[in-house]
Amino acid sequence: MTRFVPAVAFVAMVALFAVMMLSDRNPKEINSVLIGRTVPDFALPTLDGGTAGDAVLKARGKPVLVNFFASWCVPCRAEHQTLMDLAARGDLVMVGIAYKDRPGDTRAFLDELGNPFEVVLRDETGDVAIEFGVSGAPETFLIDRDGTIRYRHWGPMVGDTIAQRLAPELEALGLP
Amino acid sequence: MAGLRARKRQRLLVVSVSLAAFILAVLTALLALGGDSLSLFLQPSDVSARVAAGDLKAGDRIRLGGLVAPGSVTREDVVTQFVITDCAATVTVRYAGLLPDLFKEGQGVVTEGIWQDGGAFTASSVLAKHDENYAPPGTLPDNPEACTHPESTYP
Amino acid sequence: MIGELGHAALILTLMLALMGATVPHWAIARGDARWMAQGRALAVAQFLLVVTAFAALTEAFIVSDFSLRVVAANSHTLKPLLYKITGVWGNHEGSLLLWVLILTLFSALVAVFGANLPTRLRTRVLAVQSALVVGFLLFILLTSNPFERLAVAPLEGNGLNPLLQDIGLALHPPMLYLGYVGLSIAFSFAVAALIDGDVTPAWARWVRPWTLLAWLFLTGGIALGAGWAYYELGWGGWWFWDPVENASFMPWLAATALLHSAIVMEKRDALKSWTVLLALVAFAFSLLGTFLVRSGVLTSVHAFATDPERGLFILAFLALVIGGSLILYGMRAEALAPGGLFQTVSREGALVLNNILLASYVGAVLLGTLYPLILEAVNGDQISVGPPFFNFATTLLMMPLLVALMAGPLLSWKRAKLGRALAVLAPFVVTALLIAGLLFWARAGGAVMTLVGLALGFGLLAAVIGETRPAQGRWLKALARRRRAQWGMTLAHGGLAVLVLGITISEAWTTEVLTTLSEGEGVAVGPYRFELVEIAPKAGKNYSAVAAHIRVMEEGAVVADLWPEDRSYANPVTQTSEAGIAARAQSDLYAVIGEQVADGRWSVRLYNKPFVAGLWWGAALMVLGGLVSLSDRRLRVAAPARPKKPAAQPQGAVS
Repeated sequence: MTRFVPAVAFVAMVALFAVMMLSDRNPKEINSVLIGRTVPDFALPTLDGGTAGDAVLKARGKPVLVNFFASWCVPCRAEHQTLMDLAARGDLVMVGIAYKDRPGDTRAFLDELGNPFEVVLRDETGDVAIEFGVSGAPETFLIDRDGTIRYRHWGPMVGDTIAQRLAPELEALGLP
Repeated sequence: MAGLRARKRQRLLVVSVSLAAFILAVLTALLALGGDSLSLFLQPSDVSARVAAGDLKAGDRIRLGGLVAPGSVTREDVVTQFVITDCAATVTVRYAGLLPDLFKEGQGVVTEGIWQDGGAFTASSVLAKHDENYAPPGTLPDNPEACTHPESTYP
Repeated sequence: MIGELGHAALILTLMLALMGATVPHWAIARGDARWMAQGRALAVAQFLLVVTAFAALTEAFIVSDFSLRVVAANSHTLKPLLYKITGVWGNHEGSLLLWVLILTLFSALVAVFGANLPTRLRTRVLAVQSALVVGFLLFILLTSNPFERLAVAPLEGNGLNPLLQDIGLALHPPMLYLGYVGLSIAFSFAVAALIDGDVTPAWARWVRPWTLLAWLFLTGGIALGAGWAYYELGWGGWWFWDPVENASFMPWLAATALLHSAIVMEKRDALKSWTVLLALVAFAFSLLGTFLVRSGVLTSVHAFATDPERGLFILAFLALVIGGSLILYGMRAEALAPGGLFQTVSREGALVLNNILLASYVGAVLLGTLYPLILEAVNGDQISVGPPFFNFATTLLMMPLLVALMAGPLLSWKRAKLGRALAVLAPFVVTALLIAGLLFWARAGGAVMTLVGLALGFGLLAAVIGETRPAQGRWLKALARRRRAQWGMTLAHGGLAVLVLGITISEAWTTEVLTTLSEGEGVAVGPYRFELVEIAPKAGKNYSAVAAHIRVMEEGAVVADLWPEDRSYANPVTQTSEAGIAARAQSDLYAVIGEQVADGRWSVRLYNKPFVAGLWWGAALMVLGGLVSLSDRRLRVAAPARPKKPAAQPQGAVS
């Protein structure tokens, strides 16, 4: 049997290559360590001059969708219609966090494209984004009724990623 | 005679295989233990995520790939400082040395070096690729369209 | 039209190759001598057709026929003619066509010069070669057709990257391909022998010249690549342990091991199954290299533009060809009865040690190259394995190899007395060690490994010389009587010694200074003083440049004048840095200029690199040794010599 050792070793190597090439891997996509944990504590100014903290994301009776966006971010523009559609469903609390953005720019952006958010928080320094492990805008988190982070969407929510990824997560929370 | 032959063959085989196996075991252990031989390949977003998670410590050796942020290159004597971005996060890089020919703002580079305390990165090498289509694997951001926006390096 | 001609030629070749891959086996089964003989004609015909296709593509590049996609993407009317031609294989499609051209060339060579081979073996070998041609042609025609037309031909081509317009880079791929593809002959011989279950010492004698030829080209190709990196990239290094470099180094190591084990097989009828396996593995590494470079599965700074579809095709081909041959090996190898007995201390024993160390070394390089992939599959981390790992592996494995190499050629077959060999070597090696120690001391020491490297290098050189000394009688007379194959061994082993010295000395005693200079200012680099005499703009043919004049002085006397440039090309906008290098026997003086950092101050990188020349001389000696050995008529008829040992590979400093 030792005569087959080279063949077996080779097959293992080919299998490794095949797995690496065929798997739908996006090596840059890191699973958020926050999944399954509660929302981190934070406090931020809101766009209309108030202050809000992690409470707006917890125990709202409905699941919460938090979207990190910015007016300067082109993919955010691309996914905006998706957010508008999600807001129109009415069974989600929509929260926006403006990431490293000037308040004036944020307002102009939302005036132009419509505002899907119940409340918009301003994270000008990006500190809260770091708390969430956000690697950049846009990024979206789905939080269940208990305030636990269930899902993290990396990059714009466009095309079939909604049907393939977000929809099952919503279903898991009992939403159609 | 046949017995002797078989025994000799067997001894040779055992010695060869064990020697080769020993050598490879030593090398595998070396790889697994890491040290200077290994460096993680990261993009700026990964760096922020790892720093946030406490996975990246001062003294860790990493390879950092991304685009050179426009307008970020400054020089002081032989030290060049520039920002690498993947259009989602940025890392400031210090490099003492001559930059490769194709180093240019807005283009892809791979740098290798040591992560420092306080979020700085000191590169010991800056690599560029000698291909016509200048986007080394791993340097292209995942959302390249974001990079076209001039204000993406706000504030 | 000429593009369609080339395309048609390729399709016709595919059909002939399909015939060539099947008919001969059927003819052998039926014992039909007439059809068996057709294999030779088919091989020659395939070669001529691929030459036609290659000529057609070359013509398209020369006349800048931008209606071909490949030409539009990779050429430009303003390119010098030479680089238009070398541009033919400077891209994925063209380089594959070159690969097939060389593959059919080797088939044709076997067909024409293989008259002394048994008909049955030759027929099988050519059939296996044809099968390889089928695989590569399918790859070309299905995924990478160089004759693809564009609907609208652009007025001007895209490719004018000046960095790629370099003669070293232009010759490097064909050389390597000749080496890679040359190993296909050893592979085909091995498969043919396994099919018939008939492996004789004569088989080893037929395989060796082909392996030697492939080895020659691989050695030359790797040396050219290293030279290009050293002279053109301006990083001062010449080996970076990049996956692409490893991809060429692994087949070289396997071929080196094969050359040595084939000697044992030929002379002593031993190590049969191992030698056959090496012949399969050497070519497997060639294909693996192609796969790694083109599939994008590994991240490399050199990688060709990658394409998953192409990657999967090569992977499937690799699995079929290598997997199939290794399974065939598993089924048949048991039948290869081991031959001559030998004791541990003997020529055979030394060659076995050589093979164990080389095989472990290949394993180590493979491990280091694939480790990032394994780790990513396991936990998703992306890492790269750096020079320290490879350097450690090299040191660990090459030290015993070099020591064994000193005594090996003096041992007799079957059983030897180590003491006798040592007695012959002692005066030479002791002298060498004294030289090494003196040199180390004169240089005021350094790392222990430097002393070890010097001792091994000088020791091997002395041992190689000592080996030529006869037990009795006049030395000169013995030299005159030496066979060419023996000279080949001496030269190649001597080349290795020089290479080891080159690596050791240049790595240990290089002085590097990174600083800024203004005109008239100077800086000390080792024993030399580099002075920036003048820096001024300069206009070239198709570029503008900042050109510096750096004068190197030693104790007040001018040693060399260096003219580094920083060039800016307009189309496409590219900057290249031309290092100013004075290549001298004792040391290379090397200067690169960078940016202007402040008014009139320029950043410069200056090196004094002692004995880099040893690298090129060492490689040249190895190639020369291979050529001399190949010219030995006995290689075909009786006993060949035992050339070549591996090169310890470099400590490539990155950046």
